Amino acid sequence: MARRQRATPEINSGSMADIAFLLLIFFLVTATISSERGIMLQLPPKPEVQDQQVKIQERNLFKIYLNSKDNLLVEGEPVTDLARLKSMVKEFVLNYGANPTLSDSPEAAVISYKTDRGTSYERYLQILDILTAAYNEMYGERVGITAEEFRKLDLKDPKQKELYDRAREKFPKNISFAEPTKVGE
Amino acid sequence: MAKFKQKSKVRPAISTASLPDIIFMLLFFFMVTVQMRETDVMVQQRIPKATQLQKLEQANLVSYIYIGKPLEARFGTEPLIQVNDVFRRPEELPLFVEQEKSKLDENQRDQITMSLKVDREAKMGIVSDVQMALRNANARKILYASLMETDPTY
Repeated sequence: MARRQRATPEINSGSMADIAFLLLIFFLVTATISSERGIMLQLPPKPEVQDQQVKIQERNLFKIYLNSKDNLLVEGEPVTDLARLKSMVKEFVLNYGANPTLSDSPEAAVISYKTDRGTSYERYLQILDILTAAYNEMYGERVGITAEEFRKLDLKDPKQKELYDRAREKFPKNISFAEPTKVGE
Repeated sequence: MAKFKQKSKVRPAISTASLPDIIFMLLFFFMVTVQMRETDVMVQQRIPKATQLQKLEQANLVSYIYIGKPLEARFGTEPLIQVNDVFRRPEELPLFVEQEKSKLDENQRDQITMSLKVDREAKMGIVSDVQMALRNANARKILYASLMETDPTY
């Protein structure tokens, strides 16, 4: 009688790769890579009482208006050079009362950003990006880092959080969004 | 003189036994890094670019609002607001915010972040309507989703 063979035959694993590919393709198709990035913003709170308007001195207000043709008006003058807008914002905020037409202090400075209902979102975001960049640069300068480094501070790390808090102390980012005008609707 | 062994003509087959391992590695990478698509976006989404981007820290606190021109012609050509697979009017958004808030733990409800995914050609009229609705619903943390601008012109 012949002795039974003990060794089991090898299982062919050549198709394993195919199965894995199939799964891989399934995940590639159904999934989105989490790229949740964008410009953060805190909206102002709902006004409690309508008639209780806060009086802001004219000098502490930096007016930016985007019309329905996407043209920019800053403090009453048309601006086409976007690089200038950033330096204007910084000059306005960091005035500390020196120039009587600019802000008293960074704490009091308010940037009023007004658009039209016909302004394109792309243009709106571009200007908001510049305002954010101006503030990030100023925050960075306060604690001796670049705007890029400031933007990438990790708030979960207590050391970096401390740096962040120090930069933002008494230096709020006051951007007010006025009700849009209705020209280009 | 020693006789040289003649090289055998048949080339050895390349072993593909480790191929599945490589593919599985890729597979696990994708499984870990991605999130499933939960909603079918029914509006055009050409997200604008910006430079001052911030990363969102907690993904579970985020709700999405899509704004753009509808992809299907039967919904018209004007930009619409889409949340969770349906179109909504701005005045219906506070209800949506409440629903989203009720999904979160009580102590996290005021930290809810609304991610606005707005097409670049949308007008500010609809965006500001949404913002006003969110403000009234007390969901004041918003994120304008945007892509990284690699060569800024300003």
